[in-house]
Amino acid sequence: MKTYNFDESYIADVPGEKEITAKDVQVFYGDNHAIFNANLKFLRNKVTSLIGASGSGKSTFLRCLNRMNDRIATVKGEIDYQGTNINSKNVNVYEVRKQIGMVFQRPNPFAKSIRENMTFALKENGIKSKDKLEERIESSLKEAALWDEVKDELDKSALALSGGQQQRLCIARAIAMRPNILLLDEPCSALDPISTLKIEETVVRLKENYTIIIVTHNMGQATRISDYTAFFHLGHVIEYDATKNIFENPSMQATSDYISGDFG
Amino acid sequence: MNPKRVNNIATGVIFALVGIVVAILLFLIGYILFNGVPNISWKFLTTSAQAFSSGGGIRDQLFNSLYLLVLTLILSFPIALGAGIYLAEYAPDNWVTNLIRTTIEVLSSLPSVVVGLFGYLFLVIQLQLSFSILSGAIALTFFNLPLLTRSIEESLNSVSSLQKEAGKSLGLSDWKTITKILLPVALPGILTGVILSAGRVFGEAAALIYTAGQSAPAVNYGNWNFLDPTSFLNPMRPAETLAVHIWKVNTESVTPDAHLISSASSAVLIIVILIFNLGARYLGNHLYKKMTATK
Repeated sequence: MKTYNFDESYIADVPGEKEITAKDVQVFYGDNHAIFNANLKFLRNKVTSLIGASGSGKSTFLRCLNRMNDRIATVKGEIDYQGTNINSKNVNVYEVRKQIGMVFQRPNPFAKSIRENMTFALKENGIKSKDKLEERIESSLKEAALWDEVKDELDKSALALSGGQQQRLCIARAIAMRPNILLLDEPCSALDPISTLKIEETVVRLKENYTIIIVTHNMGQATRISDYTAFFHLGHVIEYDATKNIFENPSMQATSDYISGDFG
Repeated sequence: MNPKRVNNIATGVIFALVGIVVAILLFLIGYILFNGVPNISWKFLTTSAQAFSSGGGIRDQLFNSLYLLVLTLILSFPIALGAGIYLAEYAPDNWVTNLIRTTIEVLSSLPSVVVGLFGYLFLVIQLQLSFSILSGAIALTFFNLPLLTRSIEESLNSVSSLQKEAGKSLGLSDWKTITKILLPVALPGILTGVILSAGRVFGEAAALIYTAGQSAPAVNYGNWNFLDPTSFLNPMRPAETLAVHIWKVNTESVTPDAHLISSASSAVLIIVILIFNLGARYLGNHLYKKMTATK
């Protein structure tokens, strides 16, 4: 594997309204230092891709943003969201996760009906009105482009859906909570090309209402859907810039090698 | 030898071994049912046992077995559920947890006579619970806990961690995720544990001789006041169970038809376990379908 100088990085100062900012974020799994001083600013109503090879720390970093690493890894540094450091101990993590939703690599609908998948967390959060729940189900499933396929069988088990449908259900379930940010952790890696395309279309539409941060292995996907891209390598953020610049005119040698496939 | 041949031989050996297991099982069950079922009559099930004359029934013993099972499950299930949830979801992976697991394993391998004598000295004598269903239920809880705890822990562990992450990512507390999302999925496995432990409770004799006692005093099945000594629900009365009864008529009894009684009782015991097994599975499947929306 080629070695690069990690003291150098190129983090562009992207213009726009910031939604969430990572300041000197470091992650440790026991003694293993997984993320070194990540400084990234994510913009509101934009799609940002996190790219990099396996083990580069991009998923680990993503999971810091809604405290999914609690009890798994030690996260140091500051994550500023609406003026609050959500990486501090006395923050209500449940509230954080309600506002910063997440969709995982493998579809993980609950072993319940489609309807219950949508309403379970809402009911736990005190939304009892039937009309309101119905409205949330319909609007969220529509936003995730799944409504037409499932509207007549909402009481069927979610596990009977295809992988692509399950993943869109997970997106719908996440946005039913009306979060501000949606974190997507390689949402298409277990899906076929047609399902992948549907998810990509959905993501592009969703950015009107949500800030989206997506981890992806697929560089084509990053260019198709994201406005900004951050390149991770061995736990370091090497480069962060507008997606166009990253793929057409990268500033760092490592980025250039990675996107051209001349890597390792 | 070529792989195909090796495979054929291995398959043959496995089939033969399975055949032996099935044959032993069928022979035992067949023998018990063949000898016992002809002696079962409505009268046998609904009259009380006779000490000296023939023609006694097993009404009280059968009820005692069922009641003991219910009491034991009421005592042991909540504790095992808590312990299982703790071990599967909360316990850190360190030496304390390993010590707890080892302790549970040791508990499950205690000889039942030892548990019975301990129950006699501690529950019956020291705590003055006397020979009673309650003493028996507590002694049986000692057996039941390891089995149930283990099966609950393993059922929870077998639920994909992705489900837990899904719950977490929606801002649900761990407790809500465990009770409302993981437990319904784990239900069939937990139920298997309950059925296995129930079979053990139903068949246990040694531990009960010293705790629940060997006498079945006449009780009034119309008296629902469980504090009344004559009530069939009173947990403080001594209660000979079916398994203890089988042991007793074969060792101490002077009834002339002891052989008939014990073979019929054995058949009843097996049939009741079977009914409990099927009933629990049916109920569990029904609940599982309802909770997980699978049809």
